[in-house]
Amino acid sequence: MQPVSDFRNSELALKLVERIHRRSRRPARLMEFCGSHTAAILKYGLRQLLPTGVEMLSGPGCPVCVTDQSDVDRAIALARVPGVIMCTFGDMLKVPGTYSSLQQARAEGCDVRMVYSTLDAMQVARENPEKSVAFLGIGFETTAPTIAASIVQAQAQQMGNFSVFSLAKLCPPVMKALLDGGEIKIDGIICPGHVSTIIGSKPYEFIPREYGVACVVAGFEPVDILMAVDQLLAQIESSHPRVEIAYRRTVSPEGNMRAQELLAEVFEPQSARWRGVGEVAASGYKIKDIYKEFDAERLFQINPGPAKEPAGCRCGDVLRGVIKPTSCPLFGCVCTPERPAGPCMVSGEGACASYYLFGEADGR
Amino acid sequence: MCIAVPALIVSLNGTEAEVDIEGVRRKTSVYLTPEANVGDYVLMHAGFAIKVIDLQEARETIGLLRQINAAG
Amino acid sequence: MEDRVMMAHGSGGKLSHELVSRCFVGKLNNAWLARMDDSAVLETPGRLAFTTDSYVVTPLFFPGGDIGKLAVCGTVNDLSMSGAIPLYLSLAFIIEEGLVVSELEKIVDSIQRAAQEAGVSVVTGDTKVVQRGKADGLFINTAGIGHIPEGVNISGSNANAGDAVIISGTIGEHGMTIMAQREGLRFSGGLASDCVPLNSLVSEMLKACSDIHCMRDPTRGGVATTLNEIATQSHVGITIEDAAVPVRPPVRSMCELLGLDPLYIANEGKLLAFVPADRANALLNTMRRHKYGKDAAIVGWVTDERPGRVILRTRLGTSRILAMLSGDILPRIC
Repeated sequence: MQPVSDFRNSELALKLVERIHRRSRRPARLMEFCGSHTAAILKYGLRQLLPTGVEMLSGPGCPVCVTDQSDVDRAIALARVPGVIMCTFGDMLKVPGTYSSLQQARAEGCDVRMVYSTLDAMQVARENPEKSVAFLGIGFETTAPTIAASIVQAQAQQMGNFSVFSLAKLCPPVMKALLDGGEIKIDGIICPGHVSTIIGSKPYEFIPREYGVACVVAGFEPVDILMAVDQLLAQIESSHPRVEIAYRRTVSPEGNMRAQELLAEVFEPQSARWRGVGEVAASGYKIKDIYKEFDAERLFQINPGPAKEPAGCRCGDVLRGVIKPTSCPLFGCVCTPERPAGPCMVSGEGACASYYLFGEADGR
Repeated sequence: MCIAVPALIVSLNGTEAEVDIEGVRRKTSVYLTPEANVGDYVLMHAGFAIKVIDLQEARETIGLLRQINAAG
Repeated sequence: MEDRVMMAHGSGGKLSHELVSRCFVGKLNNAWLARMDDSAVLETPGRLAFTTDSYVVTPLFFPGGDIGKLAVCGTVNDLSMSGAIPLYLSLAFIIEEGLVVSELEKIVDSIQRAAQEAGVSVVTGDTKVVQRGKADGLFINTAGIGHIPEGVNISGSNANAGDAVIISGTIGEHGMTIMAQREGLRFSGGLASDCVPLNSLVSEMLKACSDIHCMRDPTRGGVATTLNEIATQSHVGITIEDAAVPVRPPVRSMCELLGLDPLYIANEGKLLAFVPADRANALLNTMRRHKYGKDAAIVGWVTDERPGRVILRTRLGTSRILAMLSGDILPRIC
């Protein structure tokens, strides 16, 4: 398909690699914030092409991975409420909670259904008027507007049996928390491409301004990612950090205004727990009072008991870029995609799953 | 972290569109992109079109890259 | 006759006989079934290949086929992968109470057509009926017997360093077709199962090349899993060129949309063949002349480096490990 295929062109990609090599003088540590970028970098083996001075770290941009253990437990407890049909994206089915998972709950008889869209969950609600459909709303700003749209439409259609358990999160606040944490020095950030389609590039302007870190918003094809790396290095080499958009075909500085209006209509930011990072102010989407009858948290009593992360699990450190997945003591032995200990190994984009499945052919 | 792919709008009825992704079809909502028209490529995520893709921008970017390559 | 299968149809009495006569014996029509004996008496020369499989696919009908066609082709293909000529099949049906009889009849018609194309006979069978809710409409179990001609020695442990790896056509068709039908996904068009009997293709291949080391059909777990199995069994390394693997655009797009990799998606009408390098092109040409091998391609090579490992070379010239499938394939949006 034309919008994509040129950005996969190997010749263009390899020319960009040459440019990057010519441009790179000093060491640079870049973080790809987003799980889809981690997966793409590993899938195409892009690390193998970069100069040795350019280090790539994976960040916490995987909505599944950053879901706090207590929230996973609450989602499972909600699925167990009699009369509830839980609709969820496939991503969350295998994430292990303290005692169980949604997949296990389903095997035990709970009605847990996989959907591709919030609209499909609404359809399930229409087809099952005697049950209550609770949609598990994970995702970042890319997905949150689709969740908001379902709530607005549910109200307009006066649906009495549809609700959302909102675990949706915002990215810029956690980027700030990471930079404030100062655990690792980052020179540049590959900013999430599809989140930026919604929020634009303006929300990242504080990053170069307050932290001197370069920012480029990137797409997901090899040419997209390599363009972004090239632009980041140009900013770093010239000591001129700013926010640039390399994914111009879908990202504008303002983003999708209609989606942003919808987000403001339905949600208000609240503090949220991010696995590995902790409590981050104004980083979660809470459903506003005017839509409270669509808020599963308010409609149902959910008390799953205290959460406990698995002993030795270092998902948190992986998510902050402090360690690579291979440094986690559980990686590959106790924790594998068949028997994941933590969410980083479950999610198709979790850094651990990506490392395990793709692994560098010469590095293992 | 958010998988979205380009899809071509082949029909439109209010906020409901039918899109074609290389021969596979699906209903998609344009609630978030009311400006989308039949014949547009949109970025599709979780059953919604979240942005109309700017093909002109795409062509210009590729054109620029090719030029830079040619210059060596 | 009733329009839905009932518990009574499984009890062995008159209703059972009616069901078996009308839906099975009448349609599958051969000397063994006509005898209605408890077991089929067969004459078979030489070495036998024997396989069994169960089919639990949902939905029962999908673009490109149905559970019946799948049952015949799957079993025929398993036999063919050892170089056997498929001869006889058994079919056991576990029917969920309430299955519409006309659907059952359509499935058996489909079995009959597939069996005819493959040149096999369904010589024995069984039907049971279970309560509503216990069987997803229909489960089918098969067993298959084939005859392996003299001199044919094909096994997953025979791959040698230097062998070419050939795929008989485009990948990912069956698995993505089934996935597209799933209730929560609602995709349509552009996709159809590739379910076909491969024994006639294999027959041509064996005539053209007597030195095929290994054949396997990449069903569950896809090409990646099958390659890993062979790498382990034969204690060899395998390198695959991503650019050489044939994938149709609708399959590729569906996979991208759902965060999946075509190399892990089930195929039901494709085979992987391992053959000495100097025979590869001739075999390829033979395969391409057959209707089920039109898109056959050399996708990689067997090496003696890193035995047990499968490496994928990307279009950018980089390499990564192609691991075996672990767990379920789950679509994702994140």
